[in-house]
Amino acid sequence: MNLYAVRSIYTYELSRWFRTLSQSILAPVISTSLYFVVFGSAIGSRMTAINGVSYGAFIVPGLMMLAVLTESLSNASFGIFMPKWNGTIYEVLTAPISWLEAVTGYVGAATTKSVILGCIILATARLFVPFNIAHPIAMISFLVLTALSFSLFGFIIGVWADNFEKLQVVPLLVITPLTFLGGSFYSINMLPPVWRQITLFNPVVYLVSGFRWSFYGLSDVGVGLSLGVTLCFTLGCCGVIWWIFKTGYRLRS
Amino acid sequence: MTPIIRISGLGKTYDTGFQALKSVDLDIQPGEIFALLGPNGAGKTTLIGAVCGIVRPTAGTITVDGFDNQTAFREARARVGLVPQELHTDSFETVWATVRHSRGLFGKPPNDALIERVLRDLSLWDKRNNKMVTLSGGMKRRVMIAKALSHEPKILFLDEPTAGVDVELRRDMWSMVERLRAEGVTIILTTHYIEEAEELADRIGVISKGEIILVEDKAALMQKLGSKELQVELQAPLKDIPAELAAYHLELSEDGLRLTYRFDARREGTGIPDLMRQLATSGLDFRDLQTKQSSLEDIFVTLVSDRT
Repeated sequence: MNLYAVRSIYTYELSRWFRTLSQSILAPVISTSLYFVVFGSAIGSRMTAINGVSYGAFIVPGLMMLAVLTESLSNASFGIFMPKWNGTIYEVLTAPISWLEAVTGYVGAATTKSVILGCIILATARLFVPFNIAHPIAMISFLVLTALSFSLFGFIIGVWADNFEKLQVVPLLVITPLTFLGGSFYSINMLPPVWRQITLFNPVVYLVSGFRWSFYGLSDVGVGLSLGVTLCFTLGCCGVIWWIFKTGYRLRS
Repeated sequence: MTPIIRISGLGKTYDTGFQALKSVDLDIQPGEIFALLGPNGAGKTTLIGAVCGIVRPTAGTITVDGFDNQTAFREARARVGLVPQELHTDSFETVWATVRHSRGLFGKPPNDALIERVLRDLSLWDKRNNKMVTLSGGMKRRVMIAKALSHEPKILFLDEPTAGVDVELRRDMWSMVERLRAEGVTIILTTHYIEEAEELADRIGVISKGEIILVEDKAALMQKLGSKELQVELQAPLKDIPAELAAYHLELSEDGLRLTYRFDARREGTGIPDLMRQLATSGLDFRDLQTKQSSLEDIFVTLVSDRT
């Protein structure tokens, strides 16, 4: 394995992130803080507790997921799109590296950034609402797995996109609505039965549910099912990326 | 000698049906400078892309230092450095970071001393902390070369390395190419500047419409296809070439003031002394003489125009 190449891509990507730290960290932290102010303090104080968890605390896992999903997609898609856009991808394509090594570098960096961001948001949330984490190891595992799976998905979007507009289409028009409708701000058990059934087709439900379970021991769907869906999504993305490198789709002419 | 690059039956047909390469066979010898010439769209960049792994061939095989560039791509690619035609750079990275990154990509451990030497050789050391966006086009071109050399390749592809650069930088690059050749690096360059190929190359290849139409040692090519001519400027215009000069197959200019004699410079007897005597015998006075040898550019234009 070409570990030097993996390290080089990984550190190069992280250095790009550090260069734009205020944009990378400050922006999501501020927007998440605003969610806590509005939904946690202003509106949340008037809402009843859900299964014994205050509304402010209830939305912490969902808001973390919202930030982690968005940042994973954005970081990973941008990470591979930029070399394609400015032409420096030629170096990756001519280097003696396999698809797995290239993806490990790009996706590893995107995952790291998202996990760091998730932790910062967790710390920020603690300033607004008191909460405990019932299963810390499971919480970290879900956090890493979610960041990884959506970084893989972001990588696919970055390869697919051939302009900046396309780069934004999927996150804005697909992922953000799915995240908002995936139980980030409510329990899907609060929905009418028909909508609940429809919501179960939304993969984000399983991520948020599993993540919330790791905090409070509460879940809308079984933890095993959450984990299974997340793993399937991760493996599915790996399969697509393998195919991309095998066929050279939008990378090699 | 075993070729360092062996290209056999290489073909590239795009989905549109356009055939960019048509069964190309080409051997590159270790340590040589090979110039690949061809008009725009001839397939030069596609051929380089196929060897380097950017273009997926639809037929044929490529071996680099004995390694198949598909099945043993790691070994093959590790030996190749590429300086592409376009200036592809990360605008906000520093020169140092981007060159260091290139070395890592090729699986080489960090070696700051080597990177320093490469940057100094290319007069980039003072710019090492500058962001790419602040550099001039010529400096960016140097960085592209530094990136390609950062992993100590055995083979270096230079795709139009001096396109759009000033004379000074072009001369610097030529010196650098000579230096690399002395270190044993095999260099394949494509260029639009025929004098560049004439100055640097050991062998010349000409590609046209996806086919290699000629590969020849430069000196042999100049001798084989290059012709020499003697031009005789006459004192008074001639209407026709005198019959006693017919054996020399002279050409008379439209104004009748210049005779052109083509001869083979390699032959022991060029026929020039005989021609001079015959001109005197025929009573033709001349005021000037000049000889001219066809350049590589003349040969190239003739070759390519013959194919169109």
